[in-house]
Amino acid sequence: MAASIDKPTCFQDIILRLQAYWASKGCTILQPYDMEVGAGTFHPATTLRALGSTPWAAAYVQPSRRPTDGRYGDSPNRWQHYYQFQVIIKPSPPDLQALYLGSLEAIGIDASMHDIRFVEDDWESPTLGAWGLGWEVWCDGMEVSQFTYFQQVGGHDCNPVSGELTYGLERLAMYVLGFDDGNAMPFNSPDAPIPLTYGDVFREAEAQYARWNFDVADTDILLQHFKDAEAECARILEQPADDPKTGRRIVMAQPAYDQCIKASHIFNLLDARGVISVTERQAYIGRVRTLAKMCADAFVQTEAGGYVA
Amino acid sequence: MPDLLIELFSEEIPARMQAKAAADLRKLVTDGLVDAGLTYAGAAAFSTPRRLTLTIDGLLAESPTLREERRGPKVGAPDKAIEGFLRGAGVSRDDLEEREEKKGSFYYATVTTAGRPAAEIVADVLEKAIRTFPWPKSMRWGAGTLRWVRPLHRILCILVDEAGANVVPLDVDGIKADNLTEGHRFLSGDVFAVTSFDDYETRLKRQKVILNPEERAEAIWNDATNQCFAAGFEAVEDKGLLAEVAGLVEWPVVLMGEIGEDFLDLPPEVLQSSMKEHQKFFSVRNPKTGRIERFITVANTETADQGATILAGNQKVLAARLADAKFFWENDLRVAKSGDLSPWTDKLAAVTFHNKMGSVGDQVSRMAAMAEKLAPMVGADPALARQAAEVAKADLSSEMVYEFPDLQGLMGRYYAEAAGLPNAVAVAAEEHYSPLGPSDAVPTEAVSIAVALAEKLDKLTGFWAIGEKPTGSKDPFALRRAALGVIRIVLENGLRLHLDRLFDAQLLRHEIGMQPTQEAAALRDALLREVAQHGVFGSAVRAVIDQIEGDAPDWISAVTEHKPDLSDDLLSFVHDRLKVHLRDGGISHDVIEACLAMPGSDDLVLLVKRAESLAAFMATDDGTNLVQGFKRANNILSQAEEKDGVEYSYGGDPNFAEDPAETALFTALDTARAKIKPSMDSENFAAAMEAMAELRAPIDAFFEAVQVNAENEVVRRNRLNLLSSIREICSQVADLTRLEG
Repeated sequence: MAASIDKPTCFQDIILRLQAYWASKGCTILQPYDMEVGAGTFHPATTLRALGSTPWAAAYVQPSRRPTDGRYGDSPNRWQHYYQFQVIIKPSPPDLQALYLGSLEAIGIDASMHDIRFVEDDWESPTLGAWGLGWEVWCDGMEVSQFTYFQQVGGHDCNPVSGELTYGLERLAMYVLGFDDGNAMPFNSPDAPIPLTYGDVFREAEAQYARWNFDVADTDILLQHFKDAEAECARILEQPADDPKTGRRIVMAQPAYDQCIKASHIFNLLDARGVISVTERQAYIGRVRTLAKMCADAFVQTEAGGYVA
Repeated sequence: MPDLLIELFSEEIPARMQAKAAADLRKLVTDGLVDAGLTYAGAAAFSTPRRLTLTIDGLLAESPTLREERRGPKVGAPDKAIEGFLRGAGVSRDDLEEREEKKGSFYYATVTTAGRPAAEIVADVLEKAIRTFPWPKSMRWGAGTLRWVRPLHRILCILVDEAGANVVPLDVDGIKADNLTEGHRFLSGDVFAVTSFDDYETRLKRQKVILNPEERAEAIWNDATNQCFAAGFEAVEDKGLLAEVAGLVEWPVVLMGEIGEDFLDLPPEVLQSSMKEHQKFFSVRNPKTGRIERFITVANTETADQGATILAGNQKVLAARLADAKFFWENDLRVAKSGDLSPWTDKLAAVTFHNKMGSVGDQVSRMAAMAEKLAPMVGADPALARQAAEVAKADLSSEMVYEFPDLQGLMGRYYAEAAGLPNAVAVAAEEHYSPLGPSDAVPTEAVSIAVALAEKLDKLTGFWAIGEKPTGSKDPFALRRAALGVIRIVLENGLRLHLDRLFDAQLLRHEIGMQPTQEAAALRDALLREVAQHGVFGSAVRAVIDQIEGDAPDWISAVTEHKPDLSDDLLSFVHDRLKVHLRDGGISHDVIEACLAMPGSDDLVLLVKRAESLAAFMATDDGTNLVQGFKRANNILSQAEEKDGVEYSYGGDPNFAEDPAETALFTALDTARAKIKPSMDSENFAAAMEAMAELRAPIDAFFEAVQVNAENEVVRRNRLNLLSSIREICSQVADLTRLEG
């Protein structure tokens, strides 16, 4: 029964519960990656770790940015900065669906009172050269998560296959906490000495970023940054595997991948500024994908990626 | 005789793939069993979101023993050859028999293949079916290499006879076959064992799973119509959606909800599209207001609050979606109601249509030019047709179509109406995409016809000009559909058009492209108007070119040196689609070929008239008379022409006639000519062919009485020339030499 399930009280409660739940299932709880990304998948803990045969299990919150979604803090359900909760387990365990349903229960969604459905949705990231099959998970007709079995990343077949879960935290929290306006939902406990809503934390910054993203960002500088990131990524990967100073084999896949992430985010900013035409769009996406593929090629040359000397 | 039950239990199978997957499972397994010698009495396949099930009854308990006789090497052949034969046949030397034949003595072996038990065969066949299953998209999972549509968890496979159920021993990549399954994900308890198909189906139902998708669909529809009826509403039928929804649930629970007063003024198509595409809701109409006011959603579970929480959640999601739609609709209406759609049409210049064919804006201006030219030919006002083409794609810039692309055209109509444009223009905005398929309605309003034809002609000629023709199964730009669209619009509206000229005009427009100055554009348009009306090689085109003062622009050579290869090729593509279309209508290919060989075949209405008349005529006795008479004359004539190396076409002179039958034939031909001429002029092909058929008797009498190859060369030539008259007269409707039989 609904009453027997302990409901979360605020946004951060949902995050804490998801972390506790997945920690109890053996995941390493990581922190967000310290770069601007468009989605939790970009975190090297997912993109790079999905490659190679080394087993892996991690969960983390990833602040994500989609400049075109900016609404100056006025929209009840769209922000250019938002949070995703990401779980990645390699190889995907046979009971991943049951584990996922357990996580919903942990945040107060009682399967006996709701209609939870796995609806076909094949995931593809053209910028990462990645795809997988799975579902969007519906709770009472609302998409609450993305559930994917990775088949390819950076042009490499995933073997073994990783299972990836992505929760859109704002939408999920609004549903669980019963708020139509995301800015009004409590971020910390409403009983705290200083109770703050989601809007208290982000609304002002949303307006600032919307203005910058849409009208102020210097497109010449951004275009140059894109080229720089592209060039640096290639330069890093051109270095020989053996480091002349230490004499060790050090393939710099992750520093190169940082440049790929950077290029991807700069592309999103340029897109929001409206300076990329429809035809150019595809070309830019293709350039980022090339970087992602080069980084994937490099990662499988590292120990974590399965390289054996 | 045992029965076989198979269930492949997996994570959720996409709804759109389930029906075909069940049919594929049935085919792969039954074909495999029959190939291995196991016949059966009946088979049925079912699917739910999590399982594919196959039940086969009356299966043979084992495959029959096969005896086969094999002929070996000659007696006395080298030992190596004989040993090889023995190995292949699996027998020893003592088992061989020697037989005398014409060419000597040969060894014979009788090979016996023992029957195999059903379980062994089933295991082989099922494993192969799983490993080669034709999913549209399949995947790997975990650390395995097996592919399935989503992770496969269980294989239930039992053979059931009087003694009970036995699990078929089978192991596919670690998944061992068993007699176990499970019920509904949330509404049932543990895994359970089953003993037969009936037991399986009954237990599943107790565990809240309806196995048969048709039964689920029926339950959903019954419940939906009952709930609607009780509330004084009616559910809007949608068979495709019903089948899809039945594939999303194992235990359907129908819930009816309200759309909300705020959203009832949205166009009904917007409501329906939002509800159907994104939420899989059925629309519910209030018969008193005629509006869509409620929705039906189908949950996959029962709850203690009778679905109240589920319904509230769904209602909330819908409200959020419709709030977006309402926002777009109101923003768009503000633009449209200004009466000026140019902010939208201007934007189309920045949208790529195809990288070798410019923007959608370019496409629109080509369409507008073509629509204007077509207008007088289809009974439309040229200015109105141009205006309609110019705004037909304006809605592609609207916020609503950006969010709901499948509403293109329809929103165009709403917005053109809101802008106060003439009704014909608004209707054409919606109808110019039609027909979208073989059963989709064809536009009938003159302005819509002009724009719809212009859109398709521009598309076909454009892709032909850049060499992107459909090949084999590849038709990424749906050009076959466009050609069929042209055919149906022309035929169903009885339009007399010279497609060939229209193709040339639009091919040239693609080639010449946009012109820098108004003057150049005006010259281009004047030239292409003549091309469309009189053909590219006509004197009218020449006259326009001759009137150019000063230096002619470079692109004039595109017109003066135009080659008909592309338009001919495109016309034969259209003819190919027409053949398929007519064959579907029961007209045989030789009849079509006979009519295609006649001049003016780019006038599809005329072509089809010929073909239909000929097909109907060929089914009568007169049809046989016509063809027999013609062939008799033509065969002799052709042979003589080949022998003499000349063509006889003069017609003959009655004064050289020697025999009364010959004179009679001359007279009959004159009578026929007089009758046929007015019939041909009025395109009454049936009457013309009747008159031709009347020639059979005089032709037969002529051949009875007269030797064509007379010794007197003058008489012979005259007779051959007489035969040429028959050929000429009888070939006016169709090329009869192409008819079979």
